[in-house]
Amino acid sequence: MTAAVALRRLARPRRAWFVAAVLGAGLLAWPLLRGRDTLPLGGAELAGAHRFLNGAFEAVDASRNSNPVFLYGFNYLRLLLDTSTTFVQGLISQPAYGRPAPVLGWLGVTALATAVAWLAGNLRVALLACLGFVSFGLLGLWTEAMDTLALTLTAVFYSLLAGIPIGVAAGLRERVHRAITPVLDFMQTMPTFVYLAPLTLVFLIGPASATIATMIYAVPPVIRLTAHGIREIRPAALESGISLGATPAQLLTKVRLPLALPMIVVGINQTLMAALAMVTVAALIDAPGLGESVLQALESLDVGTAAAAGLAIVIMAVVLDRTTTAASVRRPRRRPWWLVTAVLAAAGIGAYLSFIYVWASTFPQAANFGPYVRRAVDAADAWLLDSAGGVTDLVRDRMTAWLLNPFQTLLTDAPWWWIATVAVAVALFGLGVRAAVLVGAGVAGLLVLGLWQDSMVTLAATVVATALTALVGVVAGVWMGRSSRADGTIRPVLDAAQTLPPFVYLVPVVGLFGATRFTGILAAVIFAIPVTTKLVAEGIRGVRASAVEASGAAGATAWQTIIKVQLPLARASVTLAVGQGLIYVLSMVVVGGLVGAGALGYQVVAGFSQHELRGKGLAAGLAIVVLGIVLDRIMRAAASRAGAQRA
Amino acid sequence: MLDVDGLWKVFGPRAAAQVGTELSSAELKRRTGCVAAVRDVSFTVAPGEVFVVMGLSGSGKSTLVRCLTRLIEPTAGTVRLDGEDLGTASPARLRELRRHRMAMVFQQFGLLPHRSVLDNVAFGLEIRGTARAERHDHARQVIELVGLSGFEESLPEQLSGGMQQRVGLARALAVDPEVMLFDEPFSALDPLIRREMQNEVIRLHRVVGKTMVFITHDLNEALRLGDRILLMRDGAAVQLGTPDEVVGAPADDHVRDFVADVPREQVLTLRWIMRPAGPSDALDGPSLPPETVIRDAVHTVLSADRPVRVESDGSLLGVVTAAEVLETIA
Ligand SMILES: Nc1ncnc2c1ncn2[C@@H]1O[C@H](COP(=O)(O)OP(=O)(O)OP(=O)(O)O)[C@@H](O)[C@H]1O
Ligand SMILES: [Mg+2]
Repeated sequence: MTAAVALRRLARPRRAWFVAAVLGAGLLAWPLLRGRDTLPLGGAELAGAHRFLNGAFEAVDASRNSNPVFLYGFNYLRLLLDTSTTFVQGLISQPAYGRPAPVLGWLGVTALATAVAWLAGNLRVALLACLGFVSFGLLGLWTEAMDTLALTLTAVFYSLLAGIPIGVAAGLRERVHRAITPVLDFMQTMPTFVYLAPLTLVFLIGPASATIATMIYAVPPVIRLTAHGIREIRPAALESGISLGATPAQLLTKVRLPLALPMIVVGINQTLMAALAMVTVAALIDAPGLGESVLQALESLDVGTAAAAGLAIVIMAVVLDRTTTAASVRRPRRRPWWLVTAVLAAAGIGAYLSFIYVWASTFPQAANFGPYVRRAVDAADAWLLDSAGGVTDLVRDRMTAWLLNPFQTLLTDAPWWWIATVAVAVALFGLGVRAAVLVGAGVAGLLVLGLWQDSMVTLAATVVATALTALVGVVAGVWMGRSSRADGTIRPVLDAAQTLPPFVYLVPVVGLFGATRFTGILAAVIFAIPVTTKLVAEGIRGVRASAVEASGAAGATAWQTIIKVQLPLARASVTLAVGQGLIYVLSMVVVGGLVGAGALGYQVVAGFSQHELRGKGLAAGLAIVVLGIVLDRIMRAAASRAGAQRA
Repeated sequence: MLDVDGLWKVFGPRAAAQVGTELSSAELKRRTGCVAAVRDVSFTVAPGEVFVVMGLSGSGKSTLVRCLTRLIEPTAGTVRLDGEDLGTASPARLRELRRHRMAMVFQQFGLLPHRSVLDNVAFGLEIRGTARAERHDHARQVIELVGLSGFEESLPEQLSGGMQQRVGLARALAVDPEVMLFDEPFSALDPLIRREMQNEVIRLHRVVGKTMVFITHDLNEALRLGDRILLMRDGAAVQLGTPDEVVGAPADDHVRDFVADVPREQVLTLRWIMRPAGPSDALDGPSLPPETVIRDAVHTVLSADRPVRVESDGSLLGVVTAAEVLETIA
């Protein structure tokens, strides 16, 4: 208490001095303490916590067929989701119902997709859908693409089934809205890989876990936007309904839902894109489809195959995104009934043909250009690496040697108690008692989880990646915030990048830099840059024009205006932007683990595949959460501090 | 037909406790955080009457008219429709009344953008459960009545503001209500269109003869349309009277200022300017009834060389000469 008061009395410059002094003393002490109490843990070694978790896993396994919660709850849910997924797969991707092929072959699916795109959107997206679906066959990835589509559609179906009613309830009742908002925030900020392990524990490895993981990640947007759409309805429309004597149910079905529909469709779009991203990532827990192809290819560093599958994912994302976007901006306009009938009939004929005939069912082998694509990519990759004259290697090695290694060594080679002391002290002097307590709790959490050194490696990578993200994000964001032309050019690129599943980013990075720690970091940076840049740009644009004008009028150069006016005034949103970047970086940590980033990410992945490492994998996931929570809270505290100083 | 008695609407915390307050708006807001949007308003609307409520922005007109159908729940007071107390009506009964007996036209139109004009107009019938063919038939007739034939399949956004409000009007008319409530229906329209729409309401009133409660902040609109006018200020009724009463005998200085710019000869009747006949007045001039608007009497009065007699049922009420007329016009 008295400490807190004393701290508050410290003037700000003094605080900065204290922080600098702590850091300086720490650095001076480091060489003396190097190598002591670093808590390393070998790849196959288990700590106490891991054995405990393994035991817990086994206990759950053992009770799966006896515990009533499983017998009457989870198992039915699993059965339902497994059956649903298998059903959709039987329709479009896998042989089923005693047939050698799925019910609908490539012609039928393509025809239906084209018809749906036309009905929901317009001719352009219909054409896009047609070409997109055919390209899956041309890439030789028809079955994989359909598996991904089947999983995505199943997850989206259940997400909408749950999400739209919840969204409506939240739109109608402020109490519901207030209750679910923090839950949704939590669902969206939690790194996705973390809940994969617990899910497989409850629902086993298989479609059910993949579907639920996907839903957790994908359901928040549709809930939020449905609620938003319902809340934003102009009161005049509602009043006119009430004044004509509409019952609450009539008001909902005839006024609220139709008026909120465009917003709900935007939500469906975002949910669909999130589901697609997550379904590819669910390859980590054996979900079939394009994600699995990318994953396997990356594990064997087969860039060509990974690129082909990655390209198919991009095409799928673009088709789904364009179609639902077109649907959300479509004006209600009647089409002639005969045209609609004709299109539906054509799609029906396509579907029928693909049900009966082999040529319309299985994509013709002669038109499989997959091998050529793969070889072409491999050749291009080799040529690029050759002719780039080792530039990529140079970049990688220099960055690793000068930036990553020193920082990582600093953290991994130091005694844990040294790091704990310095971190708590810095938090205490920099941000106050609560931050210090939080950091202390985080350190304790990491120690209990038994993965101290791995956590430090991941922390180093995360900090470096976040710093790079912040650097690029702030530069690009300031540029966008100041020039609407730059905004117009960059924003579409960022938007497009954000709709892509994270796996896709890895492919070109691996192609250029091989499988190293740096690759993981770079992929994370690329993944996190869009959100950071957009938030910075928003903050810069939010700075009052009068302040900028005044500074210009006072004779400041553009540089001075940025440094002395715009960035300081936008400090809170810049900090927020970096915080978001951090969350994104952390959620890429596991994916990075696949391509040589090692540490916690690798442990998580290993936990999925190796039985005796399950507990360790879960612990690694929890360690990522601990890192995430601590770093995120600290960023927030810094942001609110920045905001408070401005006020 | 429509009886309003002691109506109060207070927004804010512990609203019911503020009913009957004597505090001014500013004082009330400061002390209790409440806004008394309607204060103790009472009036009766006769069948077939056009009853205009007028006042400046924020005077509580919208709140008042919404209390009449309980779109806003009154804090105190009663509203009766043909003797039936709306305040105690069950939700089902209230819906019944709204579906069949009262309909409202809104300033912001309140059209449903995803529905065609036809389906917007048929909306009230749809809610009642009228079959599709029947409600479309009926809606077409009403659309013709408001002069929108040919636009049945258009979407609201494809129409001009005036046309959109005709749709709003048609939607209210389609349910064939006994009372029509208008909340500043023409404020969002530009002056020419507004005039045209006022004529439309006057015409419709002649055709269908509905009872109308019409809210406006436009004095000229009030004077043109209203059989009687209720003037509101800060939620309270300031004056209730016919247009010529409001202009000829303003209840207070505020109303006087308000009506100062009105062309009096267009509103006042001879009743307001006649004087008792004196012994020197020759009583063999032309004769006019007291309800004659001055503008219509100018020619007769100025061209006669003796005072014009103002007579009702053969009894002499007073006389008017050029002097009185000129004083009004000047
Ligand atoms: N829901 C509400 N909550 C709190 N105060 C309200 C609410 N609705 C209206 N008021 C207040 O009641 C007063 C009267 O509002 P009302 O909308 O009835 O005025 P009006 O005469 O219709 O004005 P205008 O001509 O601008 O439409 C205003 O002071 C307004 O701020
Ligand atoms: Mg109003």
